[in-house]
Amino acid sequence: MNRMLRNFFMFVVYAYLYIPIFILVGNSFNGDRYGLSWKGFSWNWYERLFNNDTLIQAAVHSVVIAFVGATLATIIGSLTAIALYRYKFRGKQAVSGMLFVVMMSPDIVMAVSLLALFMIVGISLGFWSLLLAHVTFCLPYVVVSVFSRLKGFDIRMLEAARDLGASEITILRKIILPLALPAIVSGWLLSFTLSLDDVVVSSFVSGASYEILPLKIYSLVKTGVTPEVNALATIMIVLSLVLVMVGQLIGRKHKA
Amino acid sequence: MMKMTTNKFQKITVGIIFAWLIFFVFAPNFLVFIVSFLSKDVSNFYALPFTFENYARLFEPLYGTVVWNSLYMSVIATVLCLVIGYPFAFIMTKINEKYRPFLMFLLVLPFWTNSLIRIYGMKVFLGVKGILNEVLLSLGLINEPIRILNTEVAVIIGLVYLLLPFMILPLYSAIEKLDLRLLEAAKDLGANAFQRFVRIIIPLTMPGIVSGCLLVLLPAMGMFYVADLLGGAKVLLVGNVIKSEFLVSRNWPFGAAISIGLTILMALLIFVYYKANKLLNKKVELE
Repeated sequence: MNRMLRNFFMFVVYAYLYIPIFILVGNSFNGDRYGLSWKGFSWNWYERLFNNDTLIQAAVHSVVIAFVGATLATIIGSLTAIALYRYKFRGKQAVSGMLFVVMMSPDIVMAVSLLALFMIVGISLGFWSLLLAHVTFCLPYVVVSVFSRLKGFDIRMLEAARDLGASEITILRKIILPLALPAIVSGWLLSFTLSLDDVVVSSFVSGASYEILPLKIYSLVKTGVTPEVNALATIMIVLSLVLVMVGQLIGRKHKA
Repeated sequence: MMKMTTNKFQKITVGIIFAWLIFFVFAPNFLVFIVSFLSKDVSNFYALPFTFENYARLFEPLYGTVVWNSLYMSVIATVLCLVIGYPFAFIMTKINEKYRPFLMFLLVLPFWTNSLIRIYGMKVFLGVKGILNEVLLSLGLINEPIRILNTEVAVIIGLVYLLLPFMILPLYSAIEKLDLRLLEAAKDLGANAFQRFVRIIIPLTMPGIVSGCLLVLLPAMGMFYVADLLGGAKVLLVGNVIKSEFLVSRNWPFGAAISIGLTILMALLIFVYYKANKLLNKKVELE
């Protein structure tokens, strides 16, 4: 293959991936409401965004769900990974099998099943239904992240520690947690992002009592042009960039 | 502090995860399975008696056509991802190792930003007065703006846009592992480029191809917001059909049957993936 052609192909693919993002960022500073032509630099949409109480409230809700959900998923997921790494127990196959199914199954299938569960059991759609759903779809990613890190360490090291008199808590605190820490952090970051990103599951299990950002944006952009969304999108893009950078830095520090 | 025995710690941990998975994974899916065999009921979502009608409907023209058409859209998107992703991954393995980590990083970076927001950006890009049309007009490639938005093409562009990295990553790691000596050997034995590609490269990278397709096809079916935003109300994905059955027309049993259909499809694809992997491993062992 011709070298020029190759580079051109790569360029087109990257342009395809990035142009929509650049458009949003650019339009968020564009004086023109419809973003059709450049009408000068303006902070207008950011001002309007910060004065839009319902959007701000939805954003706060989203961050709360993402934070609490990611933290719960990280705790349960890390413990699961540790158990899978250390112990032989009945149903081990079933646990990893079910986690695999959760990871592979289309969002829509999980959304439908959780909606059915919440309606039939009688959990009203709102904060709790959202939280439970988000923890569930984040769990497998944490388990995989932590387990694949622990898998690289020799399990006999734990036996040695126990022979030397370390209690279960000491082994957990002094050996397993420090070793797994980078994976735990990246599992948390991934869960946080997945939770903020989710539209499919949330639109089934959320109610009017607890509106979250992606759904709010969804209803805004479906109806028409809302330049505040551009400003909001830009803030979210910057935020996720910061998160990725933090993740990379932590990863690098622990590799070195 | 209480001294915790291994046994106790293990029991608590395993107990939590079991309880969670049974309550939030097994039970909900089991419920959907049961509901898919029940009859429609507007006020209660579902009612007795048990029936196979919901599954039979999938093959009736009136209801089934929508489902099959929506499935077809996702298949097209997957094929396109493969067609773009394969050469892309191939070129990536040839790129100087100094730049490669950065290029791979750029590939996954968009994944970390909200996909709904990115689809909205795509909507602005594709619009009649959007940048794509402006550029094409000013280059003289077209004489009047083309209507892409609210067509099937726009939905497919959107799906490929979101899912392409998920195709490239497994392909890249499969192609990277390729033993180049095999290709040289084939060349020495007189195989031409086409034969080398079809008889060596494709079979050896099959696990990557299958897992890429798995990672694209399954999510592509559910992303109803892509169809909503880029396809107007006309173009439907399986996700749109399921969503409207559950949230609009309140026909839970039929929606549940489509959802179970998706699960079966997923199981089939995973099975194919295992087979492809196993076959490859067996072949490698023989050498």
